Amino acid sequence: MIEFVNFHLIPGIVLGSIYALGAIGITLTFGILRFANFAHGETMTFGVYVTLTLIWVTGLHPLVLLPLAMVVTSAVALSMDRVFYKPLRASPTIILVMASFGLMLMLRSVTQFSWGVQLQSFQPGIQRPYVLFDALRISPKHIVIVIAAIILMLAVHYLLTRTKIGKAMRAMADSPELARLTGIETERVIKATWIVGASLAAAAGVFLAIDTHVETMMGFKILLPLFAAAILGGVGSPYGAMLGGLVIGIVEEISTYPWIGDAPLVSPGYKAGVAFALMVVMLIWRPSGLLRGRVF
Amino acid sequence: MTAVLELDDVVGGYGETQILHGVSLRVEPGEIVAIIGPNGAGKSTAMKAVFGLLRLSSGAVRLAGQDITNTPPDQVVKQGVCYVPQTSNIFPTLTVQENLEMGAYVRDDDIRPRLAEIYEMFPDLVAKRNQPAGTLSGGQRQMVAMGKALMLEPKILLVDEPTAGLSPKIRGEIFHIIRDINATGTPILMVEQNAKQALGIAARGYVLVDGRNRLEDTGQGLLANREVGEMFLGGGT
Repeated sequence: MIEFVNFHLIPGIVLGSIYALGAIGITLTFGILRFANFAHGETMTFGVYVTLTLIWVTGLHPLVLLPLAMVVTSAVALSMDRVFYKPLRASPTIILVMASFGLMLMLRSVTQFSWGVQLQSFQPGIQRPYVLFDALRISPKHIVIVIAAIILMLAVHYLLTRTKIGKAMRAMADSPELARLTGIETERVIKATWIVGASLAAAAGVFLAIDTHVETMMGFKILLPLFAAAILGGVGSPYGAMLGGLVIGIVEEISTYPWIGDAPLVSPGYKAGVAFALMVVMLIWRPSGLLRGRVF
Repeated sequence: MTAVLELDDVVGGYGETQILHGVSLRVEPGEIVAIIGPNGAGKSTAMKAVFGLLRLSSGAVRLAGQDITNTPPDQVVKQGVCYVPQTSNIFPTLTVQENLEMGAYVRDDDIRPRLAEIYEMFPDLVAKRNQPAGTLSGGQRQMVAMGKALMLEPKILLVDEPTAGLSPKIRGEIFHIIRDINATGTPILMVEQNAKQALGIAARGYVLVDGRNRLEDTGQGLLANREVGEMFLGGGT
């Protein structure tokens, strides 16, 4: 049982927190700009490499450098919006999706060209986990990741429910047409959306890199679980994305527990398939998601 | 006296389709003006023309004498025109209070006194202030929509079919509210299917047919008009 907690539940919560942060960006872009942003994973990867570079330069801890990485990643997202998405604002959704697909490839190539494709890591060496009650093993980095993720999610909650721009973001997700008729500056809301999405993507990427390693495909590899999380929670609903991310992360990790017999229920190599299966089931059973998002 | 709002021989539509072929109307200070007409006459479109939601190929829209033809909607709002569309006129996942706050988005000053006034005008909304507006009844949603538009203390309020899909009892309430809003000095331009009730509270009315002015008279005058009676009021008066 303790093995279940140590090697499945805790890593699941950690992975789930990372998914939750990433999925908020996906769901906000969908709700406000009305398209599925394929470049979100690459945005995440880019944030990680910015952090890696800052570590090389300053030697500081990645979490200390994260705010700066968020700013740089946001700036890149805003420039991409200005150059590529803004001229397409009135175009059909599929054009924007294709544009994001193109940007995904471009951003990935730039990252690979600039930093190389070899595996890297933030901190070399292995951290020793804390052992509580002689049985519960928690690694310090996991505690840090979960706490930082909770703080960021509370910040998102504060933004969306207590600030004018955050409420305007929710209003625009509800009805872009009415938002315009109400006098809400939609371009400003769109900018805020990119900043929030890119900052959280950078954070999710950095947390993932702290937990594992740094490589140029890391963002793309978790893009599917992020979409699954957004759909599970209800596309367009930021709280749904948080819940969906947590559920997908935990389910992925506990699916490899030996529930029946001695072998893992799902071989770890197929873990990603679990997110996919959940997404398919959800789309059939309840396409509006757990928290009733928008059906598209 | 300068009219609060004036449409001068407005011609326009969406893309290739012309809907308005020459509509002229005015709203004087303090008036309720009703636009009635058969389906497809361009009533709602005329209202959208004021709000910069369709391109006008000729004619002019003037707000207090100032030309606002083809001004984009967010600018029209800033000039003091508020518009309550017929459908999706509230943000359903935002609370009642947040809807009202969004109505005041372009204001940078303290909106609390105005919020209090709006709650005074719509006491039913006080208990619902922290509920998502989408969970409210049809009549209450309409109150939120109008309260939201009034947050700006507009120079004129445009209301598109406020009673569509509501029960006769609630309909009466809404007309009552429109009268109350007008009593505070806000001129109102309203498009209505329920011609009889609308003309009953309107100072003046316009009948549009096929995107053109057909008739113009006082509310009572139109109610007594035989042609109007045959067209909309179900037989002679």
